[in-house]
Amino acid sequence: MGAVGTVRAGRAVSAALLAGALITLAGCGSDDDKDDKKVGGATPPAGANASAPAADAKQLKGTVNVFAAASLTETFSALGRQFEAAHPGVTVKFNYLGSSALAASINQGAPADVFASADEKNMKLVTDAKNADGTPTAFAKNTLQIAVAPGNPKNIKSLADLKQNGLKVAQCAPQVPCGAAAKTALDASGVKFTPATLEQDVKAALTKLTLGEVDAALVYRTDVKAAGAKAVGVDFPESAQAVNTYPIVPLAKAPNADAAKAFVAFVLSEPGRTALTAAGFQAP
Amino acid sequence: MIEPPRVPHKERAVVRKRAVRPWARRTPAVRKRAAERSRRGGAPLALLVPGLIGLVFLVLPLVGLLIRAPWSDLGSQLGSTEVREALKLSLFTATVATGIVLVLGVPLAWLLARTDFPGRRLVRALVTLPLVLPPVVGGVALLLVLGRKGIVGEWLDDTFGYTLPFTTTGVIVAEAFVAMPFLVISVEGALRAADPRYEEAAATLGASRWTAFRRVTLPLIAPGVAAGAVLAWARALGEFGATITFAGNFPGKTQTMPLAVYLALETDPEAAIVLSLVLLAVSVLILAGLRERWMTTS
Repeated sequence: MGAVGTVRAGRAVSAALLAGALITLAGCGSDDDKDDKKVGGATPPAGANASAPAADAKQLKGTVNVFAAASLTETFSALGRQFEAAHPGVTVKFNYLGSSALAASINQGAPADVFASADEKNMKLVTDAKNADGTPTAFAKNTLQIAVAPGNPKNIKSLADLKQNGLKVAQCAPQVPCGAAAKTALDASGVKFTPATLEQDVKAALTKLTLGEVDAALVYRTDVKAAGAKAVGVDFPESAQAVNTYPIVPLAKAPNADAAKAFVAFVLSEPGRTALTAAGFQAP
Repeated sequence: MIEPPRVPHKERAVVRKRAVRPWARRTPAVRKRAAERSRRGGAPLALLVPGLIGLVFLVLPLVGLLIRAPWSDLGSQLGSTEVREALKLSLFTATVATGIVLVLGVPLAWLLARTDFPGRRLVRALVTLPLVLPPVVGGVALLLVLGRKGIVGEWLDDTFGYTLPFTTTGVIVAEAFVAMPFLVISVEGALRAADPRYEEAAATLGASRWTAFRRVTLPLIAPGVAAGAVLAWARALGEFGATITFAGNFPGKTQTMPLAVYLALETDPEAAIVLSLVLLAVSVLILAGLRERWMTTS
């Protein structure tokens, strides 16, 4: 091969590397599809609760960014629409993730107004970092259930049934509240099995079940309820050992402090209570 | 009528040749001189400034990691079984995925560059699709096809009792899916830049197309293939979204370094930094080593 061949080959390499580098830039940073679920600008549902608290003396406006545990997705989205209906001019935006991920990003300076955690441990990370405005208030309790496919084809009745050979179970990673709760419940029961996967939040664990990839998932009772016809829940007595308390707090560096306080008050008010109970949460 | 100037026959041929191929006289010595001249002029500001900003933009975040890294923890982190398992799994799966990508991707690139068939443009667009697809969506797509209830996966499960999700093989599949386009694009570019006359010459000498590919084309595009393989390997090593969606997350089985970093970030950001540095250091070592061996041919 002569000089021409070598030069050509060299050029091809640099062209290929350049193309690759450009493409990498374009393709990255899209790993988190859940960052952006918003309820912005949604019209209130037909049966919007008319008994929502009357508008405060001072007019609230702007956007309120609520960082809420993944298990609150359905309830808080509905509450957000009611809050927007009661306060025209306010847009509620939600960031639903595992509480530990939310606590980490709040402590890294994410522009959040409200934090609703699925357990007290992750709330403590935020209060310890002096990022909370005041003391968090408990607003709900949640327990675990074994979510199984409709009709319970594998006939799962207890935690011990999860030990069946070849059965695939999705569990949350121990870092996130549902994973910590699952670990507590399993330790209390003495049942030991190897889950197929340790998911990064409770909705991811449930999705693996509704897609049919696993036979059971250890998730919150409220997530089973939110899945509707796609999953049924199996109660187990050990879940009483692992009850999660959900605290909520406006944040110290909230860009929209007034709206943050109003939203927290709304979640703690009667309509908030009603929506949480309807979703399967227990009173704190 | 004016007679054309009489030029000796031999010289006329040279004149014509020069007119058609102006580079014909550019001997290596001439070219070298020209290159030196352009280098002596220095880089124009219009290229130098954005170029340097680009460099800082790429390097600064890495410097940030280095500054914030808890160096004292490095030893204990490296010693932990979870990190060693994740690192081993990452290196293993990325390497196997690169092998698969090479075996399937080079022929695909050849088909795209050297054959003509209806809808080739569409096929090329489809090949590059995983590049723009958010990896999480890629993972869901893989589940819908290869998952237990997927179009192909259900058949796999019924026939062989084998399922891909939540297995190390599943990790490899996810990584190969996102990494393959990088190799195909590199190799196709190399093929287009390679002079097809070499292959034609081989054919006139009686070589079959397969022999010509093996003995002529492949050595010619080897640097392009190597570059593509390195890119694919690096992409596979850093793969996160498709892996966690398709293969799940379990230590020692499907928890690769990026997944371990993500979960560590939630509770222990310092550990996450250390893990990232370990991943970076290993990749830099390997990439630099490969570059020395493969990519300095020109």
